[in-house]
Amino acid sequence: MNFIRNSVVPVATVLLAIVMLWYAFAIILNAPFERDQAARAGTTISTGQLIANTMKQERPVLPAPHQVAEEIRKTVFDVSPTSKRSLVYHGWVTLSSTLLGFALGTLLGIVLAIAIVHSRTLDKSLMPWIITSQTVPILAIAPMIIVVLNAVNITGLLPKAMISTYLSFFPVAVGMVKGLRSPEIMHLDLMRTYNASKAQIFWKLRWPASMPYLFTSMKIAVAISLVGAIVGELPTGAVAGIGARLLAGSYYGQTVQIWAALIAAALMASVLVSLIGLMANLVNRRMGVRA
Amino acid sequence: MTVVALRPKAKTMADAAPKNVIDVKDLSLVFQTNDGPVNALSNINLEVGGGEFVSFIGPSGCGKTTLLRVIADLEQPTSGSISVNGMTPSEARQKRAYGYVFQAAALYPWRTIAGNISLPLEVMGIPKAERKDRIARNLDLVNLSGFEKKFPWQLSGGMQQRASIARSLSFDPHLLLMDEPFGALDEIVRDHLNEELLKLWAKTQKTVVFVTHSIPEAVFLSTKIVVMSPRPGRIHEIIDCTLGSERTLDIRESPEFLEIAHRVREGLRHGHSYDAAHL
Repeated sequence: MNFIRNSVVPVATVLLAIVMLWYAFAIILNAPFERDQAARAGTTISTGQLIANTMKQERPVLPAPHQVAEEIRKTVFDVSPTSKRSLVYHGWVTLSSTLLGFALGTLLGIVLAIAIVHSRTLDKSLMPWIITSQTVPILAIAPMIIVVLNAVNITGLLPKAMISTYLSFFPVAVGMVKGLRSPEIMHLDLMRTYNASKAQIFWKLRWPASMPYLFTSMKIAVAISLVGAIVGELPTGAVAGIGARLLAGSYYGQTVQIWAALIAAALMASVLVSLIGLMANLVNRRMGVRA
Repeated sequence: MTVVALRPKAKTMADAAPKNVIDVKDLSLVFQTNDGPVNALSNINLEVGGGEFVSFIGPSGCGKTTLLRVIADLEQPTSGSISVNGMTPSEARQKRAYGYVFQAAALYPWRTIAGNISLPLEVMGIPKAERKDRIARNLDLVNLSGFEKKFPWQLSGGMQQRASIARSLSFDPHLLLMDEPFGALDEIVRDHLNEELLKLWAKTQKTVVFVTHSIPEAVFLSTKIVVMSPRPGRIHEIIDCTLGSERTLDIRESPEFLEIAHRVREGLRHGHSYDAAHL
C-alpha cells in the first residue's frame, strides 16, 4: 500500500501529465500539414477531423504517443530478435557496447582516483587533464576514435565501447577522489595509531568510506555510457544499434522510428540506473546503513 | 678515554629509563600558521611512571590534546626530547605500544561493534580464532556483551564510547592515551563511565594518560594531575592526587577530594591570571 502511495502514484501522475502534453503538442505541430493538405485540395476541414488526422500521419513532425508505442510493439514483438528490423537486436548492440564501455570506464575511473589520492604529483598533474578531457565535444572526438582504431585493425565492439569509456570514467574518477578522501581525520589518525600500512588504510577505511560516492557516480556514468554508445554508432555508417536507428530514421524522415528508438534508449537508461540503485541498496544493507 | 668513561654512565641512565613510561624533557612545539607561529607547547617537562593515572587539565588552547598527540606520534615536537617506553614516540607507535581513545567514539559506521573491535587486531595480523576470543573478552570488560552484531548507530553515545575503549584495549597495550573521551556525554553517563574506567584501570594495571577539562573528573580518576595553561601552552603545576585506590563516587564529597579540587582550581586560576598579565 505504501509503495503504491509513495512511488507509483507520484510517478504515474507525472507520466500522465507528460503524455497529455505530448498529445497537445502532437496536435499543434502536426496541424499545419493537415491544413496545407486541405487547402491544396481546395476543401475545408472540421476541427474534429483535423485532430483525428494529426494522430495518424505517416511522417508526423511529432508522432503521437500511441504511434510510438505501436512502433515499439511491432519492432519488439512482431519481428524476430535477430532481424535487422528488430528494436531488440539494435538495443542489444547498443547495450553491449554500453556495458563494456561502462565497465572499463568505471575501472579506469577508480584506478585514476586511487592514484590521485595516493600521490600529490599525480593529483597536480592528472586532475587538470581529466577535466580538460571532458571539455572536448564527444561528437568531434567519436569519429576520430573509430577511424584511428579502425586503422590499427581494432573494429567491432571495442571502438564504440571506448567512447562510452571516455565519457564514463570522468564522473567515477571525480566522485571516487572525493569518496576516497572522505574519511574523517579521526578515522585516519586511528589507523595511524595502529601503524597500519597504506594498503590496510585503503581496504579497511578509504574503500568502504567511498561506497556511497561510487554508486552515485556509477549512476551518472552508466547513463552517459549509453549516450556514448549511441554517439559512437553514428560515424560507423549506421550499421546497427539505437544510434543507427536514429540516423536511418532521420535519413528517411521516419519520425516514428526515431521516437521509438529514443524511448527505447530512455527506458534502457532508466533500467540501468535502477539496477545500479539496487546494487547500492544491497551494499548499503550489508554495511549497516540506517534504513 | 672520555668515551670509555661515559659509557657506564650512559648505561645506568638507560637502565633507569624504563621505569618511566613517558619521559618528556624541555619539549616545545610551534605550529606555523597563516597568522604566524603559535606556541602550542613550551618547555614541557613531565614523567609518567608505570601504572599511573595522569590527567592533563586546562582551558582550551593550553595544549593538553597536543601534548597527548605528541606522545602518540600524531604531532612532531619542534624541540626537546620525549620517550615512550624508552623509545621515540614513532618507534613506540610502530610497536603498537599504546591504545588511543578519541574525543568521539570514531567507530567505523560500516562495521558492527565486534567488527570495530576487530579492526586493530586485523591490522596487526592476529589470527581469526584469537580475534574472536579477544573481542568477547574486551566487550565483557566494558559491559557490552550481547551487542556484537549491532552497528554503531544502534548504540547510545555512552555505549559507543565504551566500544571504542574496548577497541583500544583489544590489542592489550600497556599504555592508554585518552583524549577527553567522555567530554561529549551527559553528566550521569560520564559519572558511570568514570567509575567503570577506574575499575578497568585497577583490573588491568595499565598506565593511563587522560585529557579532560573537568576538575571533578580529573581529581576522581587521577594519581597525578597536570595543570596546564595557555599561550604558550605549558605545565603550570603538577598536583599529586592521594585519594587511595578504592574510590567510589561518594568520595567526591570528602574533605580530601574537595581540598585537591580546590588546589586544581587555584592552579587553573593562576595559570589564567599569569596569562592575562602578559596580554
